[in-house]
Amino acid sequence: MRIRISHSIAYAYAEPARHITQILRLTPRDHDGQHVMSWRIEPTVDGRLRAGQDPHGNLIHTFSADGPIATLAIQVSGLIETTDLAGVVRGGIERVPPEVFRRDTLLSAPDEALRSFALETTREAGTPLARMHALMDALHEEMTCQEPADRIGIGAAAAFAAREGIAQDLAHVFMACARHLGMPARYVSGYVAESQSLPHASGAHAWAEVHLDDYGWIGFDCANGLCPIDTHVRIASGLDYSDAAPVRGARKGGDGERLSVVVSARQAAGFQANQ
Amino acid sequence: MVAFDEMTGSGSDLRPAYAELDRWLKEAPPETLALRRSQAELFFRRIGITFAVYGDEESTERLIPFDIIPRVLTKPEWTKLEAGLRQRVTALNMFLADVYGPKECLKAGIIPPDLVYGNACYQLEMVDFQVPHGIYCHIAGIDVVRVDADTFYVLEDNARTPSGVSYMMENREVMLRLFPELFATHRVAPVDNYPDQLLATLRSVAPRSAPSDPSICLLTPGQFNSAFYEHSFLADKLGVELVEGSDLLVKDDVVYMRTTQGPKRVDVIYRRIDDDFIDPLVFRSDSVLGVPGLIGAYKAGNVTLANAVGTGVADDKAVYSYMPEIVKFFTGEEPILKNVPTWRCREPEANAYVLDNLEKLVVKEVNGSGGYGMLVGPHANKAQIETFRKKLKASPEGFIAQPTLALSTCPTFVASGVAPRHVDLRPYVLSGANGISCVPGGLTRVALKEGSLVVNSSQGGGTKDTWVLDA
Repeated sequence: MRIRISHSIAYAYAEPARHITQILRLTPRDHDGQHVMSWRIEPTVDGRLRAGQDPHGNLIHTFSADGPIATLAIQVSGLIETTDLAGVVRGGIERVPPEVFRRDTLLSAPDEALRSFALETTREAGTPLARMHALMDALHEEMTCQEPADRIGIGAAAAFAAREGIAQDLAHVFMACARHLGMPARYVSGYVAESQSLPHASGAHAWAEVHLDDYGWIGFDCANGLCPIDTHVRIASGLDYSDAAPVRGARKGGDGERLSVVVSARQAAGFQANQ
Repeated sequence: MVAFDEMTGSGSDLRPAYAELDRWLKEAPPETLALRRSQAELFFRRIGITFAVYGDEESTERLIPFDIIPRVLTKPEWTKLEAGLRQRVTALNMFLADVYGPKECLKAGIIPPDLVYGNACYQLEMVDFQVPHGIYCHIAGIDVVRVDADTFYVLEDNARTPSGVSYMMENREVMLRLFPELFATHRVAPVDNYPDQLLATLRSVAPRSAPSDPSICLLTPGQFNSAFYEHSFLADKLGVELVEGSDLLVKDDVVYMRTTQGPKRVDVIYRRIDDDFIDPLVFRSDSVLGVPGLIGAYKAGNVTLANAVGTGVADDKAVYSYMPEIVKFFTGEEPILKNVPTWRCREPEANAYVLDNLEKLVVKEVNGSGGYGMLVGPHANKAQIETFRKKLKASPEGFIAQPTLALSTCPTFVASGVAPRHVDLRPYVLSGANGISCVPGGLTRVALKEGSLVVNSSQGGGTKDTWVLDA
């Protein structure tokens, strides 16, 4: 499937910012399941934009600009060709040994309720892969996924206690459980193309990946209750959301920040699959 | 359990190093000693050397009690100790270079990979990054305890931002003022060159692109940090600027300090802020103490951070238990300083033993420090032991256990007069491109409560001046 993505992240400041630095994780890489045909990142403010990589191998851009800046938008657009590999991520850059992804983080730390939920829901399953599917199905059933508008993540334990959260929270809940079961698990940020058959296909999305000895990394999308298919575009991964966040920024001045995000991910016109 | 007393040995024989001190203690009129003790306290109050106790609502700042009876080490004792410290710190630096580089010690099975990879202090940002001059731990504080005339154990390594060196210096200062006569009868190795050595160390590790007179600053979390006094003390002694995160800015991967004459480039930062808070763009985004972009500048090779980011993986208490093997692997030598035998609760058999013997053991959190989150079995009540049993069962990998050591004692002033109290020692070891240095002695901490083995200042410990006799 060819997916056209456009993503605008716009900031307006009541008091203009004197200086802004941002680390942008908004650029996909190729792996067997996705090929980047074209990709652009354009800030609307003149500044320095430098490309690099983070420790996970994510492609990053460091953007910095001096003010006064009253408004800033980061505009991202591109075209990706995807293939359904049932969630398996292969042929990409892996720089961090899977063992690293067994550690808990602030956002993905389990509590007692999560630990027992992880054990109970996977007791019947025979293989590690079956356990992860059982966990995903149970969480898809148990938790309500909210739309991201005006909401921020609250972390695994709090989201599980409330039985609801945004896609980011569901990913953290899944990771907390998987890690408690001894599986390396990581956070993935990306996009999901609009689809009639998926409940949460509204553009920006997040899910988790688990490392299994026989398969390598496999994605699990609890919000949609499936392993990522060709509607999913993978952007960045890390120990939790803070490693893979699309934008991490700091600024001088710029009080009264207002953020508006417009994102669309759609199957590209003229490339409808002939099925 | 009878502890070795550093003044009288195991019995009642006076050890030669303490002969003069013993005579002085016997001859000095009690009222003179009492006067000197109150003068010492006044001195510390006047200079404002205080520390904050976390979780203590009533008084945020306290004076650490100072005991006027010095702790004495002979030259041969120190010589051996120093050789052991140099060896240990060399190994710590080689270990860090290895786990962030070729990982030979993991491949050779010296230490289980998950202890490194699973460690929250193992910073992925540092993997395959060449730190300036290959040095990670520029300032180490190695906690050492003594159990008999010849045996010192390393209790723990502090490889992040060890504190307390200002007490080492102030303790000497007050002793010189109050007891000049004792320094006339003892040849005590000086410690006042520590700031010079620290400055030389920091200068030696400046980026190669820096000017020959590199610009250095000390980065503090600010006046609410428990060690703020020490930060300002050291900046003053070093003759460098004391800065907070908001005083620094990063532009095009170069760090500048705001000054009245405009931005001034910074080459070396002696940082006393933990990794997690040092750069909100890379580590905790809610940190207001750090400097956005600092890690970018560091990785571009434009600034040196002392200590390096990620040194915490070396002073984790579970990693500690492998230090004898780590020393052997990297230096090819037998460790000069012993490790305290340690049960790793992550190993089921070890944990079973620990759970059966909680009342005899000291149990510590793998990532804890400052004496917080620790169980001293023989001094704990039933409820405390049962609370710990639950913690241990819930997350055994978070703990280690050690036998209760008979820490050596030193004569100490207490309410009833002079009595033996348990002590430890924290020497400060500096590593630079100019080599390793270590001022003779270090900070002696003393557990003031009778029988107590916990010397941490947050738990009622005091300090003493530490003398290494030159002859």
